[in-house]
Amino acid sequence: MKARPIFRHQTPAALRKEKMDEGTELSLTIAQIVQRLKGSHLHSQLERQAKECLHQPEIKLESLKEDVRSFLKTSGWEKKLQNAVYRELHVQLPPSHPAAPAEHLKEPLAYMRKAQVNWEKRVLKSLNSMSTELGVPLARMRPPVEQKELTNKWNEMGTDEPDLSHFRPVYAPKDFLEVLIGLRNPNHDSSEDVSARSHWGLIQIPLNVRDIPQLRQAYSELNLTTGQLGIDDHAHMHPDLFENEYVQIGKKVVMDQDSAAAQQYSRQGCPTGLRADLWALILNSTNQPTDMMHYEQLKAGVIQHDLLVDNLIYKDVKLTASNDDYYFVFEDFLYQVLLCFSRDTAVLEHFKYNSATPPKSYIQGKVGDEECAVVYPPNGVIPFHGFSMYVAPLCFLYNEPSKLYSVFREMYIRYFFRLHSISSSHSGIVSLCLQFERLLQTHLPQLFYHLRQIGAQPLRIAFKWMVRAFSGYLSTDQLLLLWDRILGYDSLEVVAVLAAAVFAFRAENLMEVTSLASAEAVLADLSTLKVMPLIQIFLFATAI
Amino acid sequence: MAGKVKWVTDIEKSVLINNFEKREWIQVTENEDWNFYWMSIQTIRNVFSVDTGYRLSDDQMVNHFPNHYELTRKDLMIKNIKRYRKELEKEGSPLAEKDENGKYIYLDFVPVTFMLPADYNLFVEEFRKNPSSTWIMKPCGKAQGKGIFLINKLSQIKKWSRDSRTSTFVAASSGKEAYVISLYIDNPLLIGGKKFDLRLYVLVTTYRPLKCYMYKLGFCRFCTVKYTPSTSELDNMFVHLTNVAIQKHGDDYNHVHGGKWTVSNLRLYLESTRGKEVTSRLFDQIHWIVVQSLKAVAPVMNNDKHCFECYGYDIIIDDKLKPWLIEVNASPSLTSSTANDRILKYNLINDTLNIVTPNGDIPDCRWNRSPPREALGNYQVLYDEEQAQSENAERDLRSRSGQSLGSKGTKAGAGVRPVAATWK
Repeated sequence: MKARPIFRHQTPAALRKEKMDEGTELSLTIAQIVQRLKGSHLHSQLERQAKECLHQPEIKLESLKEDVRSFLKTSGWEKKLQNAVYRELHVQLPPSHPAAPAEHLKEPLAYMRKAQVNWEKRVLKSLNSMSTELGVPLARMRPPVEQKELTNKWNEMGTDEPDLSHFRPVYAPKDFLEVLIGLRNPNHDSSEDVSARSHWGLIQIPLNVRDIPQLRQAYSELNLTTGQLGIDDHAHMHPDLFENEYVQIGKKVVMDQDSAAAQQYSRQGCPTGLRADLWALILNSTNQPTDMMHYEQLKAGVIQHDLLVDNLIYKDVKLTASNDDYYFVFEDFLYQVLLCFSRDTAVLEHFKYNSATPPKSYIQGKVGDEECAVVYPPNGVIPFHGFSMYVAPLCFLYNEPSKLYSVFREMYIRYFFRLHSISSSHSGIVSLCLQFERLLQTHLPQLFYHLRQIGAQPLRIAFKWMVRAFSGYLSTDQLLLLWDRILGYDSLEVVAVLAAAVFAFRAENLMEVTSLASAEAVLADLSTLKVMPLIQIFLFATAI
Repeated sequence: MAGKVKWVTDIEKSVLINNFEKREWIQVTENEDWNFYWMSIQTIRNVFSVDTGYRLSDDQMVNHFPNHYELTRKDLMIKNIKRYRKELEKEGSPLAEKDENGKYIYLDFVPVTFMLPADYNLFVEEFRKNPSSTWIMKPCGKAQGKGIFLINKLSQIKKWSRDSRTSTFVAASSGKEAYVISLYIDNPLLIGGKKFDLRLYVLVTTYRPLKCYMYKLGFCRFCTVKYTPSTSELDNMFVHLTNVAIQKHGDDYNHVHGGKWTVSNLRLYLESTRGKEVTSRLFDQIHWIVVQSLKAVAPVMNNDKHCFECYGYDIIIDDKLKPWLIEVNASPSLTSSTANDRILKYNLINDTLNIVTPNGDIPDCRWNRSPPREALGNYQVLYDEEQAQSENAERDLRSRSGQSLGSKGTKAGAGVRPVAATWK
């Protein structure tokens, strides 16, 4: 057997883990989480509760510590703390080796980091030249009259028809795909395995992605014998067989307010009537008064300042959601959420573990002076064509803007950012692309070969689905069932699996096409697909 | 093979013609022998008029009942519903039960409505009870939002009656254009901040016994302009009216989706944001009011055996999730505003034809009107009086013989379940 390049087995993370015994790792994690929670609102709430309970008769001086603890437990505060810790565990990567530089937390592979930096430069340059060419400043204070006007029409921004014909999306998914196709690992001599099937596809870098046997283990709850919403709640199935009892369990999970339980539950799907609560619970998005205040502050920020990116957001909603059969009714909510999002500096925190770095601009006349550099837009995220589709499906679940906002933000900083930054993460878009190609190459080699021969590389078709986690392509009920699993398994991997399963499902028709255009036509309408049967069959009924 | 159906239509719509052609039916003119005539309501009047009418033979079928207007004219529908409620009350029916405010508990499903000018005094009395209310004026015989306006002051209606006595209204209809005035639902359910109404399709194949079907693919029609209940916007019809015919003139009209949102979207949204129980109750109530409106007109309907009818029901849902019946259209638009709309309407006609002309054969007006389940397509049985009666009889028998009733709500009985669920 030929020796494989060493990094296949020994990623920097793996090396790191070997050197560090588990005890150190755990205590480091605990220390980090304690550190992060110390400044939080929850911390001060806990403190206050602990102080207040001292007045209660059941708290005895001699057993003070235990009594306060048991009070916090019975009053539900322990659960809240538990959920907060759980959330931190999800957004934080495992702690790096004390000696590893901070950038390794963002992305351990140097060539990935470099590619991401170059991509960011391109995007920022394009944004800056748009600003110059159109003579529109990146940001400006709105005059009082305009502020008043915007305040009045906050709930009906969709009725506004500014001329946006000069604005172009900064980039579209297909531009980004070209960059991913161009990725190369300088340490990897690809001439070595000429025969390997990796040369069939567009993604030319070696990353460890799971194959079907591994996926079967990881996604064991999706197997053929476990009940699934999206399959076993079909109209022809008697609800007593699965659905009724499963819904009862779901109600208990919601009552119990335990994030971990909600996440486990979501693996088999969330019942429509409970999904909004379950997702909020998984994400620990509690919509406290402080969250509402935060939202109002962001709204005030939108009203005070006009940003160039607002036009991009506006244009994107008009180009996508406004024309969408499912989402057009939520147009106004989308503006509200996305405009507030662009001003939210709390989003910046996720750049600690995102391979991307927030773009910086300079105050007018001070270009190049680092002291005058500011993050732009304030949240560090430049929207691209289709960005609004990350929010749109959530409008079906939350009709209160502040709640909608906080759930979206949490979804973004946990998952969606990975779909448009270059990284080696399992959930990252590069891995998803590679995993999609590998799955097809392994299990539908004839189809892959055929499509490649006629110039219809499968990834060229599937990429747009994956970048949006299928939002805007599936019917909403099906999309929500898919996102249940993203949350349940805390991974975007299932997106790549579905993309491959769609090809498998249409394989017969695809074998007959002779051009990219006709392949695209076969796959143009995914709105009639039932996602869970497709995923289940692909994962568990494919011969391996 | 009994030969091909000969069809005529005076509505040149592709969704109709494509359906006839798909069945390889033969197009003829109205002066020739025909079997199937899809006609406008103007034509149906002539077919059944005393002077010009003619006897239909057993192998002829038309898509309207002779006096469909008992249901589809706004004033007559109200009159029939009021009469129906009184009759039930007289019979001491539990359906006619009232709450402490004197409102019907189960039969309060149309907004308070009066005929004008006939009931003017009654209207004024009602208006004075609640002078801040808004009312909507609609001409009885017009459709697609024509001639509709809102008032919130008595002076407006006085001005209208002065104007109409002297101006064009008179010329148009020999001085007696009837209007209905209804309490305006000023707390509509808003989605994404926008107002909408529901358009549902209902097929009736016979009134006595009543057999009706609900089409699953109804849709919500959205206003393109944000809803503000303030009276300053009263003149902006786009805010208040959801008819596509009106909305198409708005600047924001979108030609991709046409402001239409499927009922399945509505259900998903409501179930997600309000929960499953209240959502199911809402849909049960909608089915209930459709059946009640049909029962209200059944006694006066000329149940001609050559007829069937596909109605367009307009329903508004208020923010307490109570559905209100606004009006019923005899000739729901077959014009397609978008690609999806065309598919929907093509399928609507297809499924309708599959029920009323089984196997695409030449009609026989003595047909049993009991299509097999697989012929229903996207229709579901809403109410089947015959079946309900035999089930009731069976239930009586069983309960008398002391047998228990088996578990209710199994999906097999889904067709009649919605009705039973609200039938106290």
